[in-house]
Amino acid sequence: MKLVTVAGPPSSGKTSVILKLIEGMDLAKGSIGVVKFDCLTSFDKRSYQEAGIPVQVGFSGKICPDHYYVSNIEDAVQWGIQSGLKLLITESAGLCNRCSPYINGILSICVIDNLSGINTPRKIGPMLRFADIVVITKGDIVSQAEREVFSFNVKQVNSSGKVIFVNGITGQGTFLLAKYLEQARDTQTLKELKLRFTTPAAICSYCTGETRIGEKYQMGMLKKLEFEGI
Amino acid sequence: MSVKDFINYVRSKNLGDVLQDYPIAKDFLANFRLDGITKALPLPQALATVEEETLDEFGLNREGVLLKFCLFLEDFAQAEEATGTAASLTILGGFNKLKEPENINLTIASGEVVSVVGPTGSGKSRLLSDIECLAQRDTPTGRQILINGAALDELQRFEMGGKLVAQLSQNMNFVMDLTVREFLEMHAKGRLAKNTGEIVEKCFLCANELAGEKFSIDTKVTQLSGGQSRALMIADTANMSNSPVILIDEIENAGIDRRQAVELLAKSEKIIFISTHDPLLALRADKRIVIKNGGIDKVIEICEAERKSLAAIERIDHTLQMLRNRLRTGEIITEELLK
Repeated sequence: MKLVTVAGPPSSGKTSVILKLIEGMDLAKGSIGVVKFDCLTSFDKRSYQEAGIPVQVGFSGKICPDHYYVSNIEDAVQWGIQSGLKLLITESAGLCNRCSPYINGILSICVIDNLSGINTPRKIGPMLRFADIVVITKGDIVSQAEREVFSFNVKQVNSSGKVIFVNGITGQGTFLLAKYLEQARDTQTLKELKLRFTTPAAICSYCTGETRIGEKYQMGMLKKLEFEGI
Repeated sequence: MSVKDFINYVRSKNLGDVLQDYPIAKDFLANFRLDGITKALPLPQALATVEEETLDEFGLNREGVLLKFCLFLEDFAQAEEATGTAASLTILGGFNKLKEPENINLTIASGEVVSVVGPTGSGKSRLLSDIECLAQRDTPTGRQILINGAALDELQRFEMGGKLVAQLSQNMNFVMDLTVREFLEMHAKGRLAKNTGEIVEKCFLCANELAGEKFSIDTKVTQLSGGQSRALMIADTANMSNSPVILIDEIENAGIDRRQAVELLAKSEKIIFISTHDPLLALRADKRIVIKNGGIDKVIEICEAERKSLAAIERIDHTLQMLRNRLRTGEIITEELLK
């Protein structure tokens, strides 16, 4: 089974891109499955089901979504293999610009949209920096110049990544993306493979449910902002 | 220069001088929150003043930053040289929706304008997307697109994809909160243009020529009218976009000189496809592709007779324009005006 990981900020168009991509791939219906890692709620399960795509959805709840992703990704792979999938796509929402749910040797796609602001590519960090393919959506409603500047800014932080413009509504661009996906390598297990980048670190009192404010409640890994002029 | 050359270069010069030679490198520093670093030392020494922890947040160490910085310079120095060129584009026919062969072998040279006509849903966008993805008999239409007479392998396709085609459509907007000047400067920077000031000025003058109502260079792009926005987008695409092929989805007739717009684009030595139902635009093109049942039904070369009719069409257009202007200025429309 081939495995592809897709990440991107909330509402950047990940699900639309994946739906159009699957539609355009030359594989039997039901042989491409999706595992969606989300935080609190998601309305995408139905979209996938309506398209006849085998789907599993998991919610990280109060846990960092990336930590949740790493702890569950091997099980997702085994689910895919047992379900007889030819291709498994995992989808996860990056929340803090610090997410990077990519694994060495596994084809990784980052989805970002043209409306998110011209400098956003420079701010996103590892989620964009470590992706093999950068899919830019919503390009149909901004000017050519903005598309060019946007992809230039993507190139600045990820010069080796391939940039593809995809229209999540019409599916324009998914053809090239599908071509890339054919290169994804076969995967039986992810055991012993490594993440491309560390997940956001947080082992402090607030991780374990502390809600009170003040120094005496802060324990564990902390980082303080240094205010100038004090 | 190779990465190695860049490493030696960066080691031997103060960072400030490197930034003078390669202004784009400022962005690199900002991307890794290193913009405050001292410029009076070469990068390796300057990095010694930065806390390891800051770099670690980006998964880097000092050596890593130096290498990344040089890779960045190499990438953008290369990008400066390699711009996509296409002297000609050839469409080899596939099949229409009824599986009938298109029997088309159409070559379009740079500087040529081709209009694409056909009823809504007939397959115009399909043709444009075949061009965009450089179809090699592997899309539903079975068409093949050649560049400079040659087929493209997968790698070339991916490399060219995205850079080959610039698009302009009616529902495009500016979303950046910048003035016209800032906007053009930003685009020029992205192109690594050397003579930024000159290009910006040229683009601005050109946009103003196309626009019905003039605007200043300090206007916010988001405050431009529909016609002004379109004029700026066209001027910008003609003067600044690297892409040798332009796909245009209709140029509306409000607030912009369409004839001039098409002439400007053709002059920029680009290959232009324009999907339109406007006779003024279609007859000003060199060729006309007619789409029917999802396939190319025929290709019409614009003949003398058609071109001659342009003058009459222009008179009609003129009359409509005059009527619009009268409406706009609060005057009364009478039959007399049409005589």
